[in-house]
Amino acid sequence: MERSGGIGMKAVINVVGKDRIGIIADVAMALKVAHVNIDDINQTIMQGVFTMTMLVDLNQMNGSFEALQRIMTECGEKLELSIKVQRADVFTAMHQV
Amino acid sequence: MLSMNNIQETLQMFQDNKLDIRTVTMGISLMDCIDSDIERSVEKVYKKITEKAKNLIAVVEAIEAEYGIPIIHKRISVTPIALLAGATESDETFKFAQVLDRAAKEVGVNFIGGYSALVQKGFTKGDTRLIKSLPVALSTTDIVCSSVNVASTKAGMNMDAIKQMGQIIKEIAHLTADSNSIGCAKLVVFSNAVEDNPFMAGAFHGVGEADVAINVGISGPGVVKAALEKVQGLPFDDVADTIKKAAFKITRVGELVAKEAASRLGVPYGIVDLSLAPTPEVGDSVARILEEMGLEVCGTHGTTAALALLNDAVKKGGAMASSHVGGLSGAFIPVSEDEGMIEAVRKGALSLDKLEAMTCVCSVGLDMIAVPGDTSAETLSAIIADEAAIGMINTKTTAVRIIPVEGKGVGDEVTFGGLLGEAPIIAVNPFGSSLFINRGGRIPAPIHSLRN
Repeated sequence: MERSGGIGMKAVINVVGKDRIGIIADVAMALKVAHVNIDDINQTIMQGVFTMTMLVDLNQMNGSFEALQRIMTECGEKLELSIKVQRADVFTAMHQV
Repeated sequence: MLSMNNIQETLQMFQDNKLDIRTVTMGISLMDCIDSDIERSVEKVYKKITEKAKNLIAVVEAIEAEYGIPIIHKRISVTPIALLAGATESDETFKFAQVLDRAAKEVGVNFIGGYSALVQKGFTKGDTRLIKSLPVALSTTDIVCSSVNVASTKAGMNMDAIKQMGQIIKEIAHLTADSNSIGCAKLVVFSNAVEDNPFMAGAFHGVGEADVAINVGISGPGVVKAALEKVQGLPFDDVADTIKKAAFKITRVGELVAKEAASRLGVPYGIVDLSLAPTPEVGDSVARILEEMGLEVCGTHGTTAALALLNDAVKKGGAMASSHVGGLSGAFIPVSEDEGMIEAVRKGALSLDKLEAMTCVCSVGLDMIAVPGDTSAETLSAIIADEAAIGMINTKTTAVRIIPVEGKGVGDEVTFGGLLGEAPIIAVNPFGSSLFINRGGRIPAPIHSLRN
């Protein structure tokens, strides 16, 4: 099982909210400031609701994981979106043997 | 590299299918708290629990936040208190229950288990004291859980203990009558009790365990149900395979949490218990999984076969996902705690007799069943005896957690609140068993106990 921290540390970011122009740009900018690299993005609109899932790489991140969670929650509040950041370990545990 | 499909699937399990870790339970040995002076012993118990578990809540909540995994309960299990009670010179055994209650509240867990005695073959002084103290202990504490093991495949059945437990359950029901006899919901009577079960009310920390250990109980009936919705009409081979895969994924989450919690708390990781534990919430029911297999209502003919398949497939999938599987590991069928079971009883599809049959193939037994308040102590004992016999003969754990709700009869409903849920009162057989129960003595261990 892949351990958290150190090389290969990944996180999943889930963004949900009312659709408008520039959500991806705003979220990506916040990640850029935190020095977080985006590996993969899946985005769709379901009945007017914007839903985006990102897989991100935290190896060059400034600060701690908790700080990133805080920054992204604040970013979500400002943009009136729900943004959840969670370690990717649970996803790898479930899908990779 | 993770695929987006996999990520979406996992997110859906958490968001839509109510996947959670049901409990992280810290087992704490109290063997070093034994003292002939009960006051000194009580003080040691308080100190040990509050010291060992002081970071439990904070650590588990941090894991919950970082990994985005809901962890519903944080709990503690301790050495069977009868071992401490027997060493003292005091008869005030209930003082141990009160200190457990106080210590558990201090560290912030929502239940503490281990006010227990193992009497499958006979009673020690401590066992006798503990059992006698149960009515007072359970009616004067809030979050202390108790269990008594009255039978095992190796030792047979202690019919004196079984007789006594019927009376004790009646007494507890009476003492907690103003809250629907809820004291009985905190007491489990076991056959083949396991030493590392993280689930309440039956958790205790066996004497073969480490000083402190982390045991994790998973959940996830909603995930299994959702997976089965995709194989409607297909043969049972596909059903079994689908359940195995879902159980594997659920258990991997449990394994991750168990390892992480143990490492952060600096204690050994004990086991992951693979049980599918339902809650009264819609979408979190074991009964609905059985119905998804094609039964009109849980409890109808075919239910036992469906449950047998479910229980076995959960074990097979889970065993592969974790390095240490233990506890009860199977499917739970508590009536009041499962929305689908409650509905099935209301419809008249699920009776006490069918539940007994189901316990032959599930991981525990008659669980959270409300029966009429005028059920006699002997009938309760006889229900326990039947259940214990199933466990003894089939080399499996069985248990009885039954609530004779004072003042209520068949047709009434009772609400216990929270995760304990609500239940319609189920009828018991009206014919007596008192001459049978009053014989006492022991039912010998079965021939297959002689395996050496």
